[in-house]
Amino acid sequence: MPETVISAQNLDLTFETNDGPVHALKNIDLDIREGEFVSLIGPSGCGKTTLLRVIADLEKPTGGRMTINGMTPEQARLARAYGYVFQQAALLPWRTIEDNVALPLEVMGVDKATRTQRIRSNLDLVNLSGFEKKFPWQLSGGMQQRASIARALAVEPQMLLMDEPFGALDEIVRDHLNEQLLKLWAKTKKTVVFVTHSIPEAVFLSTRIVVMSPRPGRIHEIIDCDLGYDRPLDIRETPEFLKIAHQVREGLKAGHSYDE
Amino acid sequence: MMGASFVKDRLFPVMTILLAILAIWYVAAYSMNAPFQRDFDRRAGETRTGTEFFMATMSQPKPTMPAPHQVAENLWKNTLTVKPWSKRSLVYHSWVTLSATLLGFAMGTALGVVIAIGIVHVPALDRSFLPWIIASQTIPILAVAPMIIVLLSAIGVTGLLPKALISTYLSFFPVAVGMVKGLRSPDVLHLDLMRTYSASRAQTLWKLRLPASMPFFFASMKVAIAASLIGAIVGELPTGAVAGIGSKLLAGSYYSQTVDIFAALIAGSIVAILLVSLVDLVGRLVNARMGAKTP
Ligand SMILES: Nc1ncnc2c1ncn2[C@@H]1O[C@H](COP(=O)(O)OP(=O)(O)OP(=O)(O)O)[C@@H](O)[C@H]1O
Ligand SMILES: [Mg+2]
Repeated sequence: MPETVISAQNLDLTFETNDGPVHALKNIDLDIREGEFVSLIGPSGCGKTTLLRVIADLEKPTGGRMTINGMTPEQARLARAYGYVFQQAALLPWRTIEDNVALPLEVMGVDKATRTQRIRSNLDLVNLSGFEKKFPWQLSGGMQQRASIARALAVEPQMLLMDEPFGALDEIVRDHLNEQLLKLWAKTKKTVVFVTHSIPEAVFLSTRIVVMSPRPGRIHEIIDCDLGYDRPLDIRETPEFLKIAHQVREGLKAGHSYDE
Repeated sequence: MMGASFVKDRLFPVMTILLAILAIWYVAAYSMNAPFQRDFDRRAGETRTGTEFFMATMSQPKPTMPAPHQVAENLWKNTLTVKPWSKRSLVYHSWVTLSATLLGFAMGTALGVVIAIGIVHVPALDRSFLPWIIASQTIPILAVAPMIIVLLSAIGVTGLLPKALISTYLSFFPVAVGMVKGLRSPDVLHLDLMRTYSASRAQTLWKLRLPASMPFFFASMKVAIAASLIGAIVGELPTGAVAGIGSKLLAGSYYSQTVDIFAALIAGSIVAILLVSLVDLVGRLVNARMGAKTP
C-alpha cells in the first residue's frame, strides 16, 4: 500500500464575509495516497477550489486537521511539495511565454541550462512550440491556460494540484491534453488532485472521484474508478466507463437535491 | 502616413492653443502697459496716433507685462548670440539649475522608492510613517528652503547640494505615494502564484511587485521631475545665488527687468517640458520592452 500523502480529517472552513459567514467546507475526511489521481467534482460553489487551496496552504482551515506528507500544509509549501494550476491562467503580462514558464524555475534557483530544456519540453507537451517569444495577450485564452499548465509541470513536482485546468479549452485540445496528462501521470507516478466539471474527464483520468455537494461544501460520495494506467481515448465508449460515469452523475444529482 | 496624422493629431491642437495664448498675451500686454504709456506720453507732452501708441506699449524697456516678441528677442539674444558657458547665457543658467534638479530628482526618486518598499513590507511603517510624509508636504517649501540653505551653509555645505536637497524634498513624495500604490497593484492571483512557489519576499518584490509598479513609477516620476525643477529654482532664491534660473528671476525682479524675468520663466518651462518628455519617452520604451500592446 503506497503512503498517504494528503490527509484531511474533519476539515472545516468558514469564510467570514460582510454578509455573514460562508460555510465553504464541512467535515471533509479524505486520504489521498501516493500516485493516486483524485478528481473533485461538484456543482459551482461547492468548495472544490477552497479544498485545493487548503491543501496548497493558500487558505487556512478553521477546524480539523490537514497533513501533507506528514507535514503541515505550510511546511509542505515551503518544501515546494506541489505544483498548482489555477482556474485562471495567471500569466505575468510583462513576461513572454517562455519567461512565464521560467518564473517558478528562477524562483527555485534552477540553473539556466535545465531551465531552457524544461521550457522547451513542457511547451512542446502542451503544443505551444513556436510561441516562446509571444506575450500572453498575443495568445488565445485556451493557449494561455496551456502555458500555465506547462509552467506548473516545468517544476516537476511530485504532487500536482489542478483547478479546472482544461475548462477553457476546446474538445479536441482537451482530449489531447487529457491523454498527455494521463501518460505523464502513468510515467512519473505523480499524485494528482484535479478539479473538473466534466464527468467524462473525471472518469477518464481518475483513480478515485470525489463527488461534492454545496452549502455547506462537503463530500457526498467517493467513487472508485480503477481503469488501469493504460487508457486509450476510446475507453470512453466501454461499458465499465459508462457505468462509472452513470454512478458519478447519480451522485451529483443526489448531492444537489439535498438542499432544494 | 504617420507625418500627416502627426500634423493633424498632435501639432494642430498644440499650435491652436499656442496661437490663442499669444493672442491673449498681446491683449494683456497692451492693456497692462497702456496706463503707464498714457501717463508717460502726457508728461512728455507727446501725442501719438492709435497705431503709434500701440507700438509704444509693445516696446517699453521695462514693461509691466512684456510682449511675446520682446521675450522671444531676449531669449534669442541670451541663448544664441552668447557663448553657452558665459554668465549672460540662459543656457548656462538653465544648466546650473538642471544639474541641481537632476541630482535632487535622482535622490528623491531613490528615497521615494525605498520608503515605498518599506511601507509595503512593514505594516508598522505603513501606519506610523505615511502621516509624517504627508505632513512634510504641507509645510510650504518657501518657508523651508531658506532654513535648509542657511543651515547647510553654516556647516559648510554650499553649491549644488543644498539646492538638490530641496528638489529631493519635493520629489520623493509623489514617487513614494505612487510606488506604494504600484507595489500593491499585483492582483491576489499573482501573489498566490508566488506563494505556491514559496517565493521569498525579495523574490516577490523583484519579480512581481516592481515590474507591476512600472506604470505607476513613470507616472509619479513625471510629477517628481517637475517638482524637482521647482525645488531647484526655489533653492536659488534665498541665497541670492549668482547662477541658475532662480538667480535670473531674482535679479530680474530686483532691477525690474520684466523681460529678463519672463525670458527666465520661459527657459524654465522649456527645461521642464524637456525633462517631462524625457521621462515620458523612457516610460514608453520600458513599456514596449515589457510587452505592452502597441496601439
Ligand atoms: N475568499 C473568500 N471569501 C469568502 N467566501 C469565499 C471565498 N472563497 C470562496 N468563497 C465561498 O466559498 C464557497 C466555495 O467556493 P469555491 O471557490 O471553493 O467553489 P468551487 O467549487 O471551486 O466553484 P466553481 O466550480 O465555480 O469554481 C462559495 O460559496 C464561495 O462564495
Ligand atoms: Mg473553483
